[in-house]
Amino acid sequence: MEIPKSFLGYKRENGRAGTRNHVIILPVDDISNACAEAVANNIKGTIALPHSYGRLQFGADLELHFRTMIGTGSNPNVAAVIVIGIEPKWTKKIVDGIAKTGKPVEGFHIERTGDIGTVMKASKKAQEFVMWASEKQREECPISDLWISVKCGESDTTSGLAANPTVGNLMDKLEPLGVHLCFGETSELTGAEKVCATRGATKEASDKFMKTWSAYNDFILKEATDDLSESQPTAGNIAGGLTTIEEKAFGNFQKIGNCKFVDVLEPAEEPKKGKGLYFMDTSSAAAECVTLQAAAGFNIHLFPTGQGNIVGNPIEPVVKLTANPLTVKGMGEHIDCDVSKILSREMNMSEAGDKLIETTLRVANGRLTCAEALGHKEFVMTKLYRSA
Amino acid sequence: MATDIIIHDEKDNVGVVVIEKITPKQDCNCWIMENDTSTNIQSVDEIPLGHKIAMVDLKEGDTILKYGHDIGKVVKSIKKGEHVHVHNVKTKKW
Repeated sequence: MEIPKSFLGYKRENGRAGTRNHVIILPVDDISNACAEAVANNIKGTIALPHSYGRLQFGADLELHFRTMIGTGSNPNVAAVIVIGIEPKWTKKIVDGIAKTGKPVEGFHIERTGDIGTVMKASKKAQEFVMWASEKQREECPISDLWISVKCGESDTTSGLAANPTVGNLMDKLEPLGVHLCFGETSELTGAEKVCATRGATKEASDKFMKTWSAYNDFILKEATDDLSESQPTAGNIAGGLTTIEEKAFGNFQKIGNCKFVDVLEPAEEPKKGKGLYFMDTSSAAAECVTLQAAAGFNIHLFPTGQGNIVGNPIEPVVKLTANPLTVKGMGEHIDCDVSKILSREMNMSEAGDKLIETTLRVANGRLTCAEALGHKEFVMTKLYRSA
Repeated sequence: MATDIIIHDEKDNVGVVVIEKITPKQDCNCWIMENDTSTNIQSVDEIPLGHKIAMVDLKEGDTILKYGHDIGKVVKSIKKGEHVHVHNVKTKKW
């Protein structure tokens, strides 16, 4: 198959391109959710991103909070942003961070005004933003404007046999075209960590990966009260035939094909070394991982599943694929790309990779994903430790 | 001929069932992905889609190889054709 050289995206002020054109209402903290949701209810075509944190955090955990907030607002799938927080200082910090992209952003704080006054002011601005954004048109963008993140979930052995290698095949074909790629799931590489480390493009990248994985493993060994067999693999994984974390990890690892990673990113950190594959230190919980990847600027997500994970994200479209024929049969409304014919050998890996590229580009051009049509908007912040 | 079992790597001592299930004493066609060759095995147990079958006799302490890599250890001996899962294989981590 000849891979298209372009897709239809929204060109942003900072040179990036979006696959979506969202106007978001971003609460700085948990207690501003009500206000943000009221604004989104008032002004059609906007979307609130409620979450559970943003108070009394400190140190690296607070830095991650700000990075995720600013990154989410800065994502090219977002046209404009309303930020609402309880206090002015942290609200302004997030507004200033997002403003560096050049996109419209305005902050409101609730203290001294109350919910009702804030909702009124923020709604007026949100209306202005959404009407402005509604005139944006999709334009031809080079395929290298795609930043593709990947994460698998509710995996079973069909993931490692077929759905994950399909993503790997896509990576092998798209990497030479200059796209950005990102995989994560530090914990679910356990067992394959040494093999994964050999895939660093430089010794520095390999060493950084091992350091990241070891820090995670030390934490597990310190905190674990049992052998983790209740958590990894999950009950769903086991039902699907996965026996050990090592087996899960080698299956997981198939997603990167033959690519080498150029750098290791902190959670929600934007890649700075140009095109190519990046590893990000993330949780393996689906919504947390996708939220972090979206906050790093990735504009389309590929999600292979075995038993049928249903996750979506409010700003980054999540394309699902599966090779499990029972999942296609039982919950087909969640599957954007069916590659189950690999198992019956009626489709080879290269054909499956082509099919996924085609699906990915259709979604990049605007076709809704199953998760979008079904209203999945899981926005889940990662919290590193207890608050002060 | 239809494929009942797929094996990732020629070094692997387990294969994955890729039809809805295999039944005891079924003669199964196996395909080895890595080198595109075929082999056969007769099953002992009923094994559902996605679950693993032992391609050789395995004894306690043996290493299970899948993708050509170590994915855990045998904790209860397994006969060729039997179901391989959490009842007879455990992680080497943790």
